[in-house]
Amino acid sequence: MGFQPIKFYQTGTYTVGNRLLSPDQRSVQADEARSNSINSGHRACQGCGEALGARYAIDAAMAESHGQLIAVNATGCLEVFSTPYPESSWQVPWIHSVFGNAPAVATGIAAAMKVKGRTDVRVVAQGGDGGTTDIGFGCLSGMFERNDDVLYICYDNEAYMNTGVQRSSATPPAARTATTMPVGPEPGNPFGQGKNLPEIAMAHGIPYVATATVADLRDLEYKVRRAMRMHGARYIHLFVPCPLGWGTASHDTIRIARLAKESGLFPVFEAEHGEVTSVLKIRRKVGVEEYLLPQKRFAHLFGSHPHPEMVSRIQEIAERNIRKYGLLDEEAA
Amino acid sequence: MIKPFAITLKPGTSLSNLTGTWRTERPVYLDRLPPCNNACPAGENIQGWLYHAESGDYEQAWRVLVEENPFPAVMGRVCYHPCEDQCNRGKLDSAVGINSVERFLGDEAIRRGWKFSKSADASGKKVLIVGAGPSGLSAAYHLARMGHEVEIQEAGPMAGGMMRFGIPKYRLPRDVLDAEVRRILDLGVRLKLNSRVDDIVQGMQGFDAAFLAVGAHIARRAFIPAGDAAHVVDAVSLLQSMEGEEKPMLGRRVVVYGGGNTAIDVARTARRLGATDAIIVYRRTRERMPAHDFEIEEALQEGVMIRWLSAIRQADEGQLTVEKMVLDEKGMPVPTGEFETMEADTLVLALGQDVDLALLEGVPNLEIRNGTVQVSGNMMTGYPGLFAGGDMVPSERNVTVAAGHGKKAARHIDAYLRGVSYEPHAKHELADFGKLNTWYYSDADKTVRPMLDIIRRQTSFDEVQGGLDETNALFEARRCMSCGNCFECDNCYGVCPDNAVIKLGPGRRFKFNYDYCKGCGLCAAECPCGAIKMVPEEI
Ligand SMILES: Cc1ncc(C[n+]2csc(CCOP(=O)(O)OP(=O)(O)O)c2C)c(N)n1
Ligand code: SF4
Ligand SMILES: [Mg+2]
Repeated sequence: MGFQPIKFYQTGTYTVGNRLLSPDQRSVQADEARSNSINSGHRACQGCGEALGARYAIDAAMAESHGQLIAVNATGCLEVFSTPYPESSWQVPWIHSVFGNAPAVATGIAAAMKVKGRTDVRVVAQGGDGGTTDIGFGCLSGMFERNDDVLYICYDNEAYMNTGVQRSSATPPAARTATTMPVGPEPGNPFGQGKNLPEIAMAHGIPYVATATVADLRDLEYKVRRAMRMHGARYIHLFVPCPLGWGTASHDTIRIARLAKESGLFPVFEAEHGEVTSVLKIRRKVGVEEYLLPQKRFAHLFGSHPHPEMVSRIQEIAERNIRKYGLLDEEAA
Repeated sequence: MIKPFAITLKPGTSLSNLTGTWRTERPVYLDRLPPCNNACPAGENIQGWLYHAESGDYEQAWRVLVEENPFPAVMGRVCYHPCEDQCNRGKLDSAVGINSVERFLGDEAIRRGWKFSKSADASGKKVLIVGAGPSGLSAAYHLARMGHEVEIQEAGPMAGGMMRFGIPKYRLPRDVLDAEVRRILDLGVRLKLNSRVDDIVQGMQGFDAAFLAVGAHIARRAFIPAGDAAHVVDAVSLLQSMEGEEKPMLGRRVVVYGGGNTAIDVARTARRLGATDAIIVYRRTRERMPAHDFEIEEALQEGVMIRWLSAIRQADEGQLTVEKMVLDEKGMPVPTGEFETMEADTLVLALGQDVDLALLEGVPNLEIRNGTVQVSGNMMTGYPGLFAGGDMVPSERNVTVAAGHGKKAARHIDAYLRGVSYEPHAKHELADFGKLNTWYYSDADKTVRPMLDIIRRQTSFDEVQGGLDETNALFEARRCMSCGNCFECDNCYGVCPDNAVIKLGPGRRFKFNYDYCKGCGLCAAECPCGAIKMVPEEI
């Protein structure tokens, strides 16, 4: 079934709130009493998608767990900008692991809570794409395989942002990073096999896997709350644009996330026990150029020495996603 | 014990870090002018009343509406709704059916007997209004609510002016008009019927100011040689006689000469009176016809025929002589010298209307140009205390414009009576389409109003266009995008990565916490309706 959008009432569930909806139909973010898990004063860049995505996700988890939540955080921007010792923005019990072991730390906390009989306390682990798809991958796979009672959230900004935008295994083809410079016949990050973590998570057969973006708040909240109602290993892969690393305007963060989804480059879906159960359809399909053009990390694909063949290859990736996940409704096509 | 440094400091909150100092631009909330409001000749706050209709509070919607215009049920039927032409939603799917929601509110008010709210304290001033048409009644309404004593003197036997004697019943049922007029009179406005003012300067004695709104109801004639037995009438008297007991006899073949909305009204009326043929003769082409396209279309549907590029040269008993015309490069009709005859039992001339200026003779300092009374920006004529509006001053002539004149004149008359001058608010900047983020609005096509079936349209004076019911009026209201005006969608409150937006609660909107706002601009970019603007910080 998936997230059931409310299609009318002026803006339906597209906007964060809607005075025309009954209170139980409203979002966590619209609530004046939301927990504001990451409070003001954090040092994230202007328009940071990760700061926004983390508040969206953790506020929803807090709402669903009635405030009984412990959050584990791998090293990365989210940890560094929120908690420069001795200050912290976090308004939830929060623990910093190291870069590569957040899943293992979360597993331990979940086990401890179980031993103490605190079945009401739930555990969330979070990390960047580097911490998740690269260095933390072994711990994460173990956590999945043991089906530990943890919701793991990956904030995917497609590179190691905290240390200065180095490539990760989640960096997309052609993107410029500090370690994949736009030089040579195929500038930027090479077209590789990719490393699709949501699908790898699904291959573990865990109860719940979902992808989401900061552009679809209601879908994201639905997925976090759904995951929090389940037990065992759960994984949410959240797409969070990074204005600094991607070379985008700070006000464009949500638009860029929306274009990633609408172009088909970032498929938004959910899966249970390894099977896709719903997809968020494309509403107004756009070509990949519309997504790539506003980002300086793809600037070398356009301009005076353009690489249309690389743009076509990226378009092919989008088309493959659209076919594979059935992202287009007939009417939107 | 010597503690490692890392555990010597007490934990603190990031609130001590005022990230607002990073900002180079700041977001500010503002109200921009919705294009519908900007286009409304009566100055209605359309977005404002739709806002209340959206939540189903129709009475509040109606109250906001009538702040500007006392005739929603009339407007919802006869207004040409330039608001809808400008509606931003037209660029997305189709314009919001503003006019149909207005009618729904107007009808709802009549059905539920809503009354105008109490007026201001009595001012002790008396205002004379000449003419009980839309602008006179509108002025009376506003002046009465401002606390002035108002007397309307109307030459005709009933109030309504062109709303009654110009617009046929099938477009405006009379019970609707009567209800909205009565509600104005209920404010204590005195209406004297059958009382023609022959000399305004004398008539004004005993009053502190006067508003002239006698309209333009003298039919313009064209010189057409006519035989003694030819039956030639003018559109104004024909439509007027429709209000009497005895319906005019027009015969089976009726020819209407002219190309405006009145010509269309007459032809459609003729069909309903039993004419088998109702033919409009017009000198130019459809593209150049001043009548509104939808009215031409409705007339054609009812079997009205139109003969383009033709001028009537001679009228005889049962027959007309018509000359074929062509358009020159400027689009003006030129005769060809080719003549034809056509059968006609009656010829109706619908060639425009002039103002009856008789009552103005000898008024000092009055300027009359092209048959209309000149007024300055405050609607006052050259004669102090004498204001004028509606069809008798230079402007577009329709009911909505007239109602707008009435309001505007009332505000200036009120100021004049108080010895001050009325300064309208500076207009907000326009909320054009580019200011919106339309991603957030649900896809929803316009609701189409039901139309009376064609047979009944040809044979009866029943209202042609139906209204919306509650559910679809609500749907239609909710298609409004609230251009330029916060509708509390919570987007700014949600999308701020820095929690720097404070939600003030229902109806109270939001405010920025500039201590922490970094000026990223996400709120402005993701505000659906363009109610946030980024302005540079002074550095
Ligand atoms: C074992 C180890 N290696 C390297 C680092 C340095 N380091 C800190 S954060 C980071 C990159 C984080 O990237 P990602 O996980 O994608 O998070 P982001 O900052 O992009 O949100 C690196 C390499 C470290 N802290 N620990
Ligand atoms: S570098 Fe990117 S992820 Fe890190 S704080 Fe800045 S915008 Fe956010
Ligand atoms: Mg990263």
